[in-house]
Amino acid sequence: MKYEAVIGLEVHAQVHTRTKMYCGCPVIEDTGQLEPNTYVCPVCLALPGALPVVNRRVVELGILTGLALNGTLQPVNVFARKSYFYPDLPKGYQISQYELPLMTNGYLEIETSNGIKKIGITRLHMEEDTAKLYHEAGKTLIDFNRAGIPLLEIVSAPEMHTVEEVKAYAMTLRDVLVTLGLSTGDMEKGQIRFEANISVHPEKSQKLGTRTEVKNLNSFRALAKATDYEIQRQISLLRDGEMVIQQTMGWDEQQGKTYPQRSKEESHDYRYFPDPDIPPVEIPTLWIEEIRNQLPELPLAKKQRFIKTYRLGHYDAQLLVADYVIADFFEETVGRRPNLSPQDIANWITGEIFRLLKERQLTLKESGITPPKLAKLLQLWHTGTINNNVTKVILAEVFNTGIDPEVIVKREGLAQISDAQTLNTLIDGVITAHPQQVTQYLHGKHAVLSWFMGQVMKETQGKANPKEVQNLLRIHLEQRRFS
Amino acid sequence: MSTLADLTIHEALDLLDSREISAFELTQAVLSRVAATEDRVHAYLNLDAEGALAQAAKADKERLSGLQAALLGIPIAVKDNISTQGIETTCGSKILKGYIPPFDATAIKHLKDAGAVILGKTNQDEFAMGSSTENSGYGVTHNPWNLDRVPGGSSGGSAAAVSVGEALGALGTDTGGSVRQPAAFCGIVGLRPSYGRISRYGLIAFASSLDQIGPLTRDVEDAALLLSVLAGADPRDSTCRPNPVPTYTEGLDTGIKGLRIGIPTDYLAGQGIQPAVAKALKEALACLEEAGAELVELRLPHTQYGIATYYLIATAEASTNLARFDGVRYGIRIAEEGTLEQMYAQTRGQGLGEEVKRRIMLGTYTLSAGYYDAYYIKAQKVRTLIKQDFDQAFEQVDILVGPTTPTTAFKLGEHITDPLQMYLEDIFTIPPALAGIPCMSVPCGFDAEGLPVGLQFMAPPMEEAQLLKAAYAYEKMTRWNKRRPVLC
Ligand SMILES: [Zn+2]
Repeated sequence: MKYEAVIGLEVHAQVHTRTKMYCGCPVIEDTGQLEPNTYVCPVCLALPGALPVVNRRVVELGILTGLALNGTLQPVNVFARKSYFYPDLPKGYQISQYELPLMTNGYLEIETSNGIKKIGITRLHMEEDTAKLYHEAGKTLIDFNRAGIPLLEIVSAPEMHTVEEVKAYAMTLRDVLVTLGLSTGDMEKGQIRFEANISVHPEKSQKLGTRTEVKNLNSFRALAKATDYEIQRQISLLRDGEMVIQQTMGWDEQQGKTYPQRSKEESHDYRYFPDPDIPPVEIPTLWIEEIRNQLPELPLAKKQRFIKTYRLGHYDAQLLVADYVIADFFEETVGRRPNLSPQDIANWITGEIFRLLKERQLTLKESGITPPKLAKLLQLWHTGTINNNVTKVILAEVFNTGIDPEVIVKREGLAQISDAQTLNTLIDGVITAHPQQVTQYLHGKHAVLSWFMGQVMKETQGKANPKEVQNLLRIHLEQRRFS
Repeated sequence: MSTLADLTIHEALDLLDSREISAFELTQAVLSRVAATEDRVHAYLNLDAEGALAQAAKADKERLSGLQAALLGIPIAVKDNISTQGIETTCGSKILKGYIPPFDATAIKHLKDAGAVILGKTNQDEFAMGSSTENSGYGVTHNPWNLDRVPGGSSGGSAAAVSVGEALGALGTDTGGSVRQPAAFCGIVGLRPSYGRISRYGLIAFASSLDQIGPLTRDVEDAALLLSVLAGADPRDSTCRPNPVPTYTEGLDTGIKGLRIGIPTDYLAGQGIQPAVAKALKEALACLEEAGAELVELRLPHTQYGIATYYLIATAEASTNLARFDGVRYGIRIAEEGTLEQMYAQTRGQGLGEEVKRRIMLGTYTLSAGYYDAYYIKAQKVRTLIKQDFDQAFEQVDILVGPTTPTTAFKLGEHITDPLQMYLEDIFTIPPALAGIPCMSVPCGFDAEGLPVGLQFMAPPMEEAQLLKAAYAYEKMTRWNKRRPVLC
């Protein structure tokens, strides 16, 4: 019997505002790097008598996200208390949203091997992050720097059926959040976290199976592997005539397995009710329209435009649009109208520049390269003033120092030697010095040609125009046949 | 013997301003009174005598240097559920033993900015849950009029202190009557402002949608004076209202001629009102009529649902407000052995008192899946109806008047085994609290045993000026507030 999987995703994304969700403490992107409990105050430590005040900027970014996800925005937002005891939750309740979330009924378009697919988004709401626990030598230590950092929770409809779709959804959503400027999308720092609701049922049956919820998936890899594992686990249970138990599962990265955390009977009654400390936040249409005007082009739309306008390949377009900073960089470079094709520019960005970014652990903005500088450099490369290797060397220096590529070319005398007279003299010298290799060539061993190439390059420290050299070498060698 | 400790705040300010007394002398007089009476009354949990004298000396210097501030050098007591930077704040609970707030409540900041001298922290029912101050984790407070009687609650310590001269004025908090009822029992003035008039920031929450800080004083003018200092918007409290703050002491004496005063008949019939209370009320109404007010009988038909509604909403909110007392970050932690759950159970089991645990359980039940609609949502609907009762009443009249409590101060231990009987004490104070309207209790007589009776005034939302004016006119005609208890 064939089985179909039904998957829904819950995504928690940290929102990088200046201050926390309900207090004035700064939001630090990577709290793991800080001295513990230094970015805290009476509110986020839940000292007696402290009161929450909603961060309007989070509401604004929530609206922006709601618009990007094509949903219906709630005109009156109610914050609710979600109660449970745990040491990482200082108030004993999380201030979240329940009955009236910021957005409902949205969707996200994803690209799969079967084309574009719409995945429904049931709800989007605002809430706050918890503190971080460290278990050391039988003790538990708590760092409240993370407590109160704003979160958006985005819940999809159970409309995905394959790991491929789950991955595409997660990555597209990440790209959207990065594009909207509310997240850097850095999974390693726990800025985006996933929970997957998974069930399977026989393909012919309409009735959904019992679902499990896999929690704490903190990378695309973990998400994909855990989803795959859980689907297979449930299918083999059903094949063996057993039942799937409704429960919350954890994911053991080392063993590559899901494991049960708690069953439905043990599940919390969160006792949601409207937080009396926070009056309902009204969202007038005017405010929504103001925010709508700030809505940037979303990655998928941008990708389609890049493919159409710049005639880029799918893969390169995808790489460029994943981060709007890179996409903007690409478009600005193209806009400088260097004489080369957008595809060539894309190749340099996704190849050499991506390599440098990864190697130096920098963002594009932290590097010395700018669209005008890249355009200038590639112009020199395209006209043959400098060759491939030299271009890479100069690009690295511009990347590191921000010095104008033309200045470097002049300073180092790196301009390519294309001048025929200079090259003729050089080649003549090399050929005369190696009669044995000439004989080999003339006897049909054409591979010797590239050996001669190497010699010429060595003489010119790589500055000779390779195309030109190859042409001239052939002419010179053929001439020897008759001399 | 009458001393400086028996002055009202405005009388003391006059003497301070004319340099007839110093703030230091005034604070000393109050501290002497504390020394003389505190062993019998037990109004304070934590008296900061040294700090108070230092503040008083500083106030004297500032006055000499020409500084003018509304309460410069006035000794004030503060209920223990209001956060005071550097002074232990326990909320009357063992679970907060040793907790010293690193910040001042906004109300305390206002007091300090106005130059007040903070005397210390007063006793209360634990987490403000109670009507007798018997639920304190640190012993009971006695009513200065009769030491075998309760002072009322939950702000019993503040009311007793002001009544007996252990402070010139005090801050209390009122969730369902916790300022007005002890004021009535102790023969002083207790004001509960509109919800949102005074910031709740730093007030340790019992029921967030009901809690309000309010002054306890010896006369209406002092209440107006303190309210002017305490009121105003606060960016740290989203429920605090932005309305401008008038100087409430101005225009107090313009009289009540032509004022339409409503008498809710639901506050009279069959509510277990003692004859002495009924008699005092009747006399008070006659007095108001004589002053030129027009009396109108009217109905507040949902009054009877007030207590049930209140105990559903307040306990629901409290069950989550008190979740932060988990032994993890402050206060006591009892972790003799075992798991996290056991640490929670031991800390909360031993740190919280019976009444507090009863209300947490009630509230938890109210919010539970399957009961939420039947209890919490229904209570919210009834709350709306109760609010509408008042809205409709205020279309006909300017002010409402009725008894503050059905009885005078009851005996210590009398209701301790019967929480329901205790809850009934709040039958008249709860509806205006649910409606969020300003209301206050003013002394209106004594029963046969010499126990004070309180008269409750109620006004439309944010109409404190109107409320104070009516209460002031009544007080000026009767002078019940001038009588002070003699400890014996
Ligand atoms: Zn904070």
